[in-house]
Amino acid sequence: MAKKLNFDLHKHALVPKHAKCSDAEKKKILKHYQISVYDLPYIRKSDAALAEIDVKAGDVIKISRTSPTAGEAVYYRCVINE
Amino acid sequence: MTDELFAEYEDKLPKKVLGELKENIPAKTAKGKVREIMDTAVKEYKESMADPGECIGNVSAESIGEPGTQMTLNTFHFAGVAEMNVTVGLPRIIEILDGRKDIKTPSMEIYLKKPYSQGKDIKELAYSIKETLLNDIALEFQINIVDLSITIKLDRELMRRSGFTSATILNGLKRHTKSYNVKAEGDEIILKSRSKEAALNSLYKDKEKMKEVHLKGVKGVKQVLPVKRGDEYIIVTAGSNLLDTLNLEEVDPTKTTTNNIHEIADVLGIEAARQAIINEVFGVIENQGLNVDIRHIMLVSDTMCTTGGVKGITRYGVVSEKSSVLARASFETPIKHVISAALVGEVDYLTSVVENVMINQPVPVGTGLPGLVTKVKVK
Repeated sequence: MAKKLNFDLHKHALVPKHAKCSDAEKKKILKHYQISVYDLPYIRKSDAALAEIDVKAGDVIKISRTSPTAGEAVYYRCVINE
Repeated sequence: MTDELFAEYEDKLPKKVLGELKENIPAKTAKGKVREIMDTAVKEYKESMADPGECIGNVSAESIGEPGTQMTLNTFHFAGVAEMNVTVGLPRIIEILDGRKDIKTPSMEIYLKKPYSQGKDIKELAYSIKETLLNDIALEFQINIVDLSITIKLDRELMRRSGFTSATILNGLKRHTKSYNVKAEGDEIILKSRSKEAALNSLYKDKEKMKEVHLKGVKGVKQVLPVKRGDEYIIVTAGSNLLDTLNLEEVDPTKTTTNNIHEIADVLGIEAARQAIINEVFGVIENQGLNVDIRHIMLVSDTMCTTGGVKGITRYGVVSEKSSVLARASFETPIKHVISAALVGEVDYLTSVVENVMINQPVPVGTGLPGLVTKVKVK
């Protein structure tokens, strides 16, 4: 993208909080759901919301959404190259 | 004092339920009673959850599909000075769920910072966002083949109203017309070609190109309409360009959105796109006076966004991601799928529902999901 957004998109009402999981957290999540990393939903490395977080393929991103039904819902995505 | 008790239930109940309980249990209630209430709430919550193996996708499809039969097929017309259409009803739902890139009526809702949100200079601001092309303020374009020149006649009245002078137009034009000598004469702008031979062929082409020269405003915004919503003024547009709009100084970038899902995915990321799909679909359904639980729409939206990009519920989108050949073939264009699978030697492990229906086996849904393991005694 040639042009860039000149404000912090995490302040936008549509964007939930994104955070990188540590290795220990990652292990715990995968053990809890009994899956491997690539069974999680994906998020692209080039995703606009990850611009300020240093990530590589295989990392797990923890997303804290505000949900109308649960109040707050936690979702995990796996970073992929693309 | 009951705060520690609530903390115990933090991973057992969702935040919203916990908050409601906290609010509604009187402070003087005995600790044992509170615990009893909380345990009942946990039990009720667990019972209301979907069971493992429940075919929630099917339930969602039915829940959205049935009210879908009652939706309107028309587009809605905005009343007002500027004529504007917005696609609603069934066509809009189909458009979103198919994940189309070119939607019928792209539109933005621009929220403004104070004091503009209170109505200050709202009209002027709206017009400064609207895209103005040279064609919009020109009366006619003339080609003179003899002296290889193009004459553009301008509309004085329109120029005055939208705040243009000949000089500003010249400036905007100069960047796009390198091979011409540009000068203004009264109401006219005369462009004279610098080279002699090549010009004749390209004269007409250049004239058409000049009509599209961008002079002012946000690219792609074809129509603007200031509206009062609640106690603040917002600008509704026809045509969408989220990135450029968010970068404008007067715009409140935290609330401004577009109805183009792919644009949101590009500018704000996949999670924002997921939320936008939910908002758009739920908005349409509510607008039609129908009642669908938001959880069904959340499921569809999550499915569309699992691959990191927005994929429609079509044979090119989420269905193409299925691992089973038979499942893909059963959706649309079966022959194409079977042939291409045969060519590369694909194997179907029959792990999902459709393929098991096809070969008359129990489907892995509900009670068909768990397998039975027994320890065989060795004699």
